Amino acid sequence: MSKARTSFARTGAVHFALIAYTLVALFPVFLTIANSFKSRNAIFREPLAFPTPESFSLIGYETVLKQGDFVGYFQNSVVVTVVSIALVLLFGAMAAFALSEYRFRGNTLMGLYLALGIMIPIRLGTVAILQGMVATNLVNTLTALILVYTAQGLPLAVFILSEFMRTVSDDLKNAGRIDGLSEYAIFFRLVLPLVRPAMATVAVFTMIPIWNDLWFPLILAPAETTKTVTLGSQIFIGQFVTNWNAVLSALSLAIFPVLVLYVIFSRQLIRGITAGAVK
Amino acid sequence: MGSLQLKSIRKAYGGHEVLKGIDLEVKDGEFVIFVGPSGCGKSTLLRTIAGLEDATSGSVQIDGVEVGHVAPAKRGIAMVFQSYALYPHLTVKDNMGLGLKQAGVPKPEIEEKVGKAAGMLSLEPYLARRPAELSGGQRQRVAIGRAIVREPKLFLFDEPLSNLDAALRVNTRLEIARLHRSLQATMIYVTHDQVEAMTLADKIVVLNGGRIEQVGSPMELYNRPANLFVAGFIGSPQMNFIDGDRFGDGEAKTVGIRPEHIGLSRDGGDWKAKVIHVEHLGADTIVYLESDEVGPLTVRLFGEHRYAADDVVHATPVIGGMHRFDTDGRVINSGQ
Repeated sequence: MSKARTSFARTGAVHFALIAYTLVALFPVFLTIANSFKSRNAIFREPLAFPTPESFSLIGYETVLKQGDFVGYFQNSVVVTVVSIALVLLFGAMAAFALSEYRFRGNTLMGLYLALGIMIPIRLGTVAILQGMVATNLVNTLTALILVYTAQGLPLAVFILSEFMRTVSDDLKNAGRIDGLSEYAIFFRLVLPLVRPAMATVAVFTMIPIWNDLWFPLILAPAETTKTVTLGSQIFIGQFVTNWNAVLSALSLAIFPVLVLYVIFSRQLIRGITAGAVK
Repeated sequence: MGSLQLKSIRKAYGGHEVLKGIDLEVKDGEFVIFVGPSGCGKSTLLRTIAGLEDATSGSVQIDGVEVGHVAPAKRGIAMVFQSYALYPHLTVKDNMGLGLKQAGVPKPEIEEKVGKAAGMLSLEPYLARRPAELSGGQRQRVAIGRAIVREPKLFLFDEPLSNLDAALRVNTRLEIARLHRSLQATMIYVTHDQVEAMTLADKIVVLNGGRIEQVGSPMELYNRPANLFVAGFIGSPQMNFIDGDRFGDGEAKTVGIRPEHIGLSRDGGDWKAKVIHVEHLGADTIVYLESDEVGPLTVRLFGEHRYAADDVVHATPVIGGMHRFDTDGRVINSGQ
């Protein structure tokens, strides 16, 4: 910002607001991580304190790693999330391209139909989905979860991406057609790179609910080999006794993969190669 | 190298007809320009020739071959777009070579053709750059280079100079004229700028409301406009239109005189008039008049003249500079 348009008071106010928001947003994360390194008594005695040499304990992490196959749960979560995002992005972008690029009868209706899923929660169909999965022998497989999450993510992806694809210059696509690129080449080589920031946005919005979901893993894939992290952590939460050390440790561990994925996507959000492509 | 025949091309979007039966013949090596006000269908016509839009009916023939069902890439055309439409992720060299690469031309041949085109447009220093690192004029030269490399039967230009500033526009215009001379290629060019049309074209096609108003060389259109629309569209400042009744001309509904075909004098002349406003352009002086006899008039005088607002002057039309139009707006040929 130029010096002429800033004043100390205004900059200060902006920074105050941002810092306050950051504190609020980070507080639960801090609480989870700090308490995961404390002994059970210390958690309840002073929940807000940092771990001290006296209260420090790795008992939570030990429990988590001993009990059940946590590495396996992690793998399941990562596989389900990454494959679902990939499918949502691929099919969502393709549908969005068709809707924004081609004029055909029922184009608008088709767009509305594809966006309908944003308004209707997929959980309403749980019973039917379960019946379908039982009938196709997909219960207790990761495929079941991937299929459901792909369906869940597609409406928003189609909606956001078709809006973005309308902004890609027609001239560019036509230049590609004249140069002999197929429609697929135009889609993959010209349009997708230009809507990359939108793809990253969609990826982030799709990723978080999938990673955190408890509902569908519990219903469709509760077997030991297909448990996700969220479901795996539930064994520590009992009706009468909850192993807080273990729960907090499991949650702390669960934060990191999402963080890594987020960092990857947010780099895409920032990087823009589109500048100067078309005026 | 390339000729083009259009036969009764019609194009409708839903119920709205954009092209209402276009017939046109373009000979090999001609530079043809489509002009017209916005919404007249000139860009749609160009896109139909390119195959980016399908005509609702009618036929497009390139070199005598019907191309209605031929993909744009197989029609032997190249197109330059108003927005340049360069591939942002490719270097200048790859941008220019992509069409040939897609067509399966061997690499050394692509290199050679790109090198040659880059030489013609003095683009050699920029071959390794990406479009984002180029200025507007350079980008448009790359876009033109991309067209040249394909060695097409037909060059199609869709308002290629509209995004450039005035000085670059003149330079690029000269460059396109030079290219047309050296390549001897058939070029079809769409613009709404009549200066571009007059300076570049062998043949101008004036379009209005989806129909061709007149086809002819720039000087034909200037000297012998076929109707009121062409008379008003070609020439700047616009032709003066005077009600025929004021002349006592029973036959002509409207009489047109170009601003440069009227002389001014302080002493005496046909029409007495008051000066409303004067524009001094250096080489020209444009004088706006209000006359009791014939209404408002625009007069273009060459050189500098010391007229000022509220002066009383006399305007006299140059003999033979009058264009007479009937009630339908068509020109009346009287002894010309």
